[in-house]
Amino acid sequence: MIELKNVSKSFDSNQVLKNISATFKPGITNMIIGGSGSGKTTLLKCMIGLHEIDAGEINYDGIDFSKLDFKEKIPIRKEIGMLFQSAALFDSMNVEDNILFPLNMFSDFTKEEKLDRINFCLKRVNLENVNQLKIADLSGGMKKRVGIARAIAMQPKYLFCDEPNSGLDPKTSIIIDNLIREITLEYQITTVINSHDMNSVMEIGDHIIFLHQGQNWWEGSNTELIKSDNQEVNEFVFASKLMKSKYQ
Amino acid sequence: MFFYHFGKYLLFLKNVFTKPENLKVYWKEIVREMNLIGVGSFGIIAVISIFLGAVTCIQTAYQLVSNLIPRDIIGVITRDSVIIEFSPTICLLVLAGRVGGSIASELGTMRVTEQIDALEIMGVNSTGYLVLPKIIASVITIPMLVVISMFLGIFSAYLIGPLTGVISGAEFISGVLRDWNPYIVFVALIKTYIFSFLLSSVSAYQGFYTKGGALDVGVSSTKAVVYSSVLILFADYLVAQVLL
Repeated sequence: MIELKNVSKSFDSNQVLKNISATFKPGITNMIIGGSGSGKTTLLKCMIGLHEIDAGEINYDGIDFSKLDFKEKIPIRKEIGMLFQSAALFDSMNVEDNILFPLNMFSDFTKEEKLDRINFCLKRVNLENVNQLKIADLSGGMKKRVGIARAIAMQPKYLFCDEPNSGLDPKTSIIIDNLIREITLEYQITTVINSHDMNSVMEIGDHIIFLHQGQNWWEGSNTELIKSDNQEVNEFVFASKLMKSKYQ
Repeated sequence: MFFYHFGKYLLFLKNVFTKPENLKVYWKEIVREMNLIGVGSFGIIAVISIFLGAVTCIQTAYQLVSNLIPRDIIGVITRDSVIIEFSPTICLLVLAGRVGGSIASELGTMRVTEQIDALEIMGVNSTGYLVLPKIIASVITIPMLVVISMFLGIFSAYLIGPLTGVISGAEFISGVLRDWNPYIVFVALIKTYIFSFLLSSVSAYQGFYTKGGALDVGVSSTKAVVYSSVLILFADYLVAQVLL
């Protein structure tokens, strides 16, 4: 479980996050949504330690991650998997070496065990016989799937996904969404997804936080989201005609 | 601004030289980088050295037209110029463009495509993992290239002298062996180690802290080449002042 307590973050005089408190439970898909500039990416980067917070606490199962130094953060970081918007695969390596990387760095597995784990992760994301492919030869959807495979290689307790559907066609988006949800349920991972894709929110959003002007403006499930009477939430959720015709 | 970057550079180096998480993985990277930097730069260094040696021989002969000066002095001047200045400095300036630009653009691209963030989230000391192998590989392979460059430079002068008729082979060899002082090789190697370290670390620093997009990767690469070249020339002066 991840708990945020009064998290604030500023860049120079611009306060991007204002006293955000939230709880992300394991085994459900937690989503952070909000318009551009609402602070979604900054919040995610603070949670994974890429930005230092100015005030507040970020607790990973009771341990305040924000107060730890680089070395102290390593045990928690080993339990974090991250799927980046661009997948952020190492393009100097092939698919197999990308997934092998965290295993080589931090596991005591034998060569055979590592290969088994790689093949298991690739199979789990419905990719097989792609081990030797170069990253440049993969499609956008395949890159995301390899990104997920790398993220789950070390059996993480926490999975973060930054805009997992960006740049993907609707069909592939649904596949990626379902994959993340299945993995979350199967391994009881605490999953936090940063998204502004409403299809994705309605598809897999068990617990949603709506950020507005750097604040936790609204919180609830996807069924509660479409029934919300909050003006800012409605403006965001029903911005497209499709959402209006489907849910309003 | 200078002190800000100097302090940041020192902290960057401190992170680079922290204990590696997994020596095996680092060793693989060092070997890969040695291949990229050393083997990859051999061709350009060979071409430059051959021409440097040949041009030094011909131009020295052109300036020493007096009958009062023994002709084998061309061999002495070519030997000393190639060993003490041209091979360490000119080769390193060329490598600042080839290797420095490549290090900065590689790290810059990794930064803007979030690959460095991915390493950090995994708990990997990204500075150490990405930069230490490059510095070690540079400090090992570049001096080797410079030594090869010295031999090629002197050998090309030995070939071009008799070919153009400015000096006979025997006179050139006699000059190369005359008043031989191994100390100049020591100075040349000291220079090379310092320049190699500066080149790789300054270029890595520029690339590692790239902010923005593709355009900024280009800016970082340019800065890496310019700053490392200027620092190499400055260090060249300091070493000459202190050791000679």
